[in-house]
Amino acid sequence: MASGDIDVAYVAKLARIALTPAEVERLGAQLGTLLEYVSTLERLPVSDVAATAQVIPSTNVTREDVVRPSLPRDVVLASAPQRQGSYFRVPRIAGEPS
Amino acid sequence: MNLEVRGVPHEAVIGIECHVELKTQTKMFCGCRNVFGGEPNTNVCPVCLGMPGALPVPSRLAIELVVKAGLAFGAEIPAFSKFDRKNYFYPDMPKNYQISQYDMPFTSGGTVPFWLADGTQCGIKLTRIHLEEDTGKSMHAGSADGRLSGSTHSLVDFNRAGVPLMECVSEPDMRSAVEAVGYLEALKRTFVALGISDVKMEEGSLRCDANVSIRPAGASEYGTKTEIKNMNSFRSVQRAIDHELARQVEVLSNGDRIVQETRGWDEAGSTTHVQRSKEQAHDYRYFPDPDLVPIEFSPDVLERLRSELGELPQTRLDRLIGNDKLSVAQAHQLVDTPGLADYYDAATGASGAPQATLNFVLGELSRLANESGIAVGASRVTPQALAELVSLTEKNAINSKTAKDLLGRLWTDGGSPTEIVTSEELGQVSDVGAIDALVSEVIASQPKSAEDFKNGKDIVMKFLVGQVMKASRGKADPVLAEERLRAMIGAKN
Amino acid sequence: MSDLLDATAREIARAVAERKVSALEMAEAAIARVHARDGAVGAFLTRTEDLAREQARRVDARLADGETLPLAGVPVALKDNMCLSETRTTCASRILEHWIAPYTGTAVQRLLRAGALPVGKANLDEFAMGSSCENSALGVTRNPWDLGRVPGGSSGGSVAAVASGMATIALGSDTGGSIREPAAFCGVVGFKPTYGRVSRYGLIAFASSLDQIGPITKTIEDAALVYEAIAGVDPMDATTVARSVETVLDGLREDLRGLRVGIVREFDLAKLEPDVRAVYEQAYRDLERLGAELVEVSLPTADYGVATYYLIAPAECSSNLARFDGMRYGLRVEQADVGATYEATRAAGFGDEVKRRILIGTHALSSGYYDAYYVRAQKARTLIARDFEKAFAACDVIACPAASSAAFEFNAKSDPVSMYLMDYYTIPMSLAGVPSLSVPCGYVTPAGARGPLPLGLELTTPLFTERALLGIAHAYERGTQHGKHHAPPSLESAL
Repeated sequence: MASGDIDVAYVAKLARIALTPAEVERLGAQLGTLLEYVSTLERLPVSDVAATAQVIPSTNVTREDVVRPSLPRDVVLASAPQRQGSYFRVPRIAGEPS
Repeated sequence: MNLEVRGVPHEAVIGIECHVELKTQTKMFCGCRNVFGGEPNTNVCPVCLGMPGALPVPSRLAIELVVKAGLAFGAEIPAFSKFDRKNYFYPDMPKNYQISQYDMPFTSGGTVPFWLADGTQCGIKLTRIHLEEDTGKSMHAGSADGRLSGSTHSLVDFNRAGVPLMECVSEPDMRSAVEAVGYLEALKRTFVALGISDVKMEEGSLRCDANVSIRPAGASEYGTKTEIKNMNSFRSVQRAIDHELARQVEVLSNGDRIVQETRGWDEAGSTTHVQRSKEQAHDYRYFPDPDLVPIEFSPDVLERLRSELGELPQTRLDRLIGNDKLSVAQAHQLVDTPGLADYYDAATGASGAPQATLNFVLGELSRLANESGIAVGASRVTPQALAELVSLTEKNAINSKTAKDLLGRLWTDGGSPTEIVTSEELGQVSDVGAIDALVSEVIASQPKSAEDFKNGKDIVMKFLVGQVMKASRGKADPVLAEERLRAMIGAKN
Repeated sequence: MSDLLDATAREIARAVAERKVSALEMAEAAIARVHARDGAVGAFLTRTEDLAREQARRVDARLADGETLPLAGVPVALKDNMCLSETRTTCASRILEHWIAPYTGTAVQRLLRAGALPVGKANLDEFAMGSSCENSALGVTRNPWDLGRVPGGSSGGSVAAVASGMATIALGSDTGGSIREPAAFCGVVGFKPTYGRVSRYGLIAFASSLDQIGPITKTIEDAALVYEAIAGVDPMDATTVARSVETVLDGLREDLRGLRVGIVREFDLAKLEPDVRAVYEQAYRDLERLGAELVEVSLPTADYGVATYYLIAPAECSSNLARFDGMRYGLRVEQADVGATYEATRAAGFGDEVKRRILIGTHALSSGYYDAYYVRAQKARTLIARDFEKAFAACDVIACPAASSAAFEFNAKSDPVSMYLMDYYTIPMSLAGVPSLSVPCGYVTPAGARGPLPLGLELTTPLFTERALLGIAHAYERGTQHGKHHAPPSLESAL
């Protein structure tokens, strides 16, 4: 566990949040401190311990293949920042999904 | 295809990754309709729109369909499986993460067997089949050709978002484009038979990408692979893979290296274009989805699902080709046309003459079906009626023309051929005496043709036989007629 | 009517059911009370007056039809991270500042079906991330006991509404202490049920494996009433458990005879300020006086709770908040292309704390760090859960402070980690999923405070034992001077 090591600019890109250089520095410092704090977890003896997969163990919660009412289209598009006819209108997509 | 790079024989190494939309009434994690087409954004709800506060609940049917797909191919079904989040941003992604499966998919391994047209058998290994949700669809607007580059904005429809999607990943076991298509057809055949999916590439219920590379024949290390996308039909897949193999041969022959990249197939131009020149490493930050609980399969459930598979299409093909000695193409046609193999089996069972029955089924019956738009199995010609017709023909009780006419009438009116033949006296005239009488009549009325035949003009025989058929109102046995014509004209000498 | 507004939910529901007062009259009284007091307290981001009246009319009609409604006419404040159909639901964030929810969440629906009247959407720390309510981007909520101090967080608005008599009950959400800590700061009851007891459908997610909705009330009995109305499996939430919900109202105890109360060795009261310490020492003595046997228990991994939580919760939230991208709803800061629009929208829409948690969460899940951070934290979580199991072998209930101090002044905790430590006593219970609540246990009056400031006693029992927990808390409440709900003495004068 590399404590305090965080490339804030890279992570901000992954998280799609634009940061000013000043923010990169300020948040970087705060997050570095936090990471140092959480690095105390390195002291715990967890080699034989299973990670908690679920808080309350349960399995097989599923639903049947039964149609339920959808939302009326006007309601769906009412929240759209921009719509064009029946579609959500979004800005130009510059590249492939990533 | 001959793959030779500077005189060294090479082999193709091809893997296919498909996404198959499942045939369920509702979406994977919500109760919106799973239906193709429809007015945009009318089959959506807070869950599949990724609205704040919405939560996914998985479809039991979708899970069972994926497990069936795995069982059909002999895959391993783990006792315990889960869903993971695959995190990435894109406007057709309602949550900017896709609920998928990472390290504990519903099935792993398995083999997809199929026959090639030339009679060889293939078995392509599967890496895994897992379950995930589909994305919405975006249309790129504002450019001249509707493509992404040059567009000014996009329009997004979320009707497809959340549709259950099965991802099938094969091992890179295919060695030709033909094998790749055979593999896809085998998948389609199995999924359609099991009711798992309609597998219609034109509706997007099957999408596939091919990973293609070449290497010296017999080598164990892999060459650099490219990913081919945007193939819209099985034919495209074949053409695109062949094109890519040829391209890679040319690149290597020129002494250059293959670049690992994604290339999109351009159907109109019959070529590929580079989409992504650098293999961008995506950090999807997979982690188990905390909104969902794991799925456990008990032996009882697996047993039930196995029992619901019924006879697999491949088993049937093996029987038709191996036992009944049908050609691969014939067997495929039977099995791939809905209801036709069942019909054939029933008719053959009653007639006892597989080849003759097959000829009718794949020949005249299929022609009638195509013309009328009615499936053979749904027509008025029952398997029993066809079997009777086959028997009549085999016994030489009627000739082939009568049989064809009769079939046409059965198609329109139904009924029993035996009864019709008896009541209308359509039976073939095979009595030598009767034939001789007809033959004498014809020879007498066509002296010139008879003379021509005697002098070596063989083609005239066809005309003469036709005359006998006409004189007998189509009931004469044409083989016997020809035999007696030859004999009696010859005898005149 | 004012008298009834200051009564308990139980009393109001009975009065309305007996037609001594109509639900509509209760609605009007609550609306007037909000008008009178919220200017000073700032508990609400949206007042839902028309909805309250509409709902009240429905309640009156249903009562006339002979229906039984356990919460008839009871004014309720709803934390603004809970979807209420056709109502602005903001999470106290600019990114949802104008969003109208198209549906109502399950817990809210059940509460309304029981007859409660929604008075307004209550303020919170943005996206439920915070311990003081100071991270709200849309409003400031003040502690009714001292308007210069925070109400606690993240359910600050919910507790302030109940503490200042503007609502009789409230729904809050608790991820690491967000119901319990502010309840302690404002002198009300705040209850977090076992994870999976109450549906999260309609609760705008912060950390999926930790979030729980729970009641904020004046008394334990009211908390039991609300819990019975909202708890139970929901087909819209796969993480709700299919266990039947035991009745809790008929399990409220009068004393603690025969019970063992676990005092946690690691939660040494000596670490606290002397005046605070004194209150808790008295609280422990009161437990004994009521008949309990105090036993020492150990939660050895509790010290790692905050570190564990601040890896798991941000990791989950970084994924949960990815949907806020300006494409389908909420704020959009349009740029030339989608990528730039994402970045500009989220930069403008999220506050600092939310950004910090998204960044640290993204980092903890990213390639190369996933095992060292996220997985390791989930293993620490297993150890913490095991600690509770072992502790509960030796006791029936664990008692400890709900927070290390009383409410602090605005801007007192500028360093993020010092703020995170406010959840020190509440986080381990969230990680283990066990039911836990805060019940008022006394006051301190630090220098500079405008009057007494409440403290809360945190009680915790094993998984799925809400009946026992509420039963025990009731006995404590009734057996001490804190049994009768106290409103802030400064309320009438200051507000």
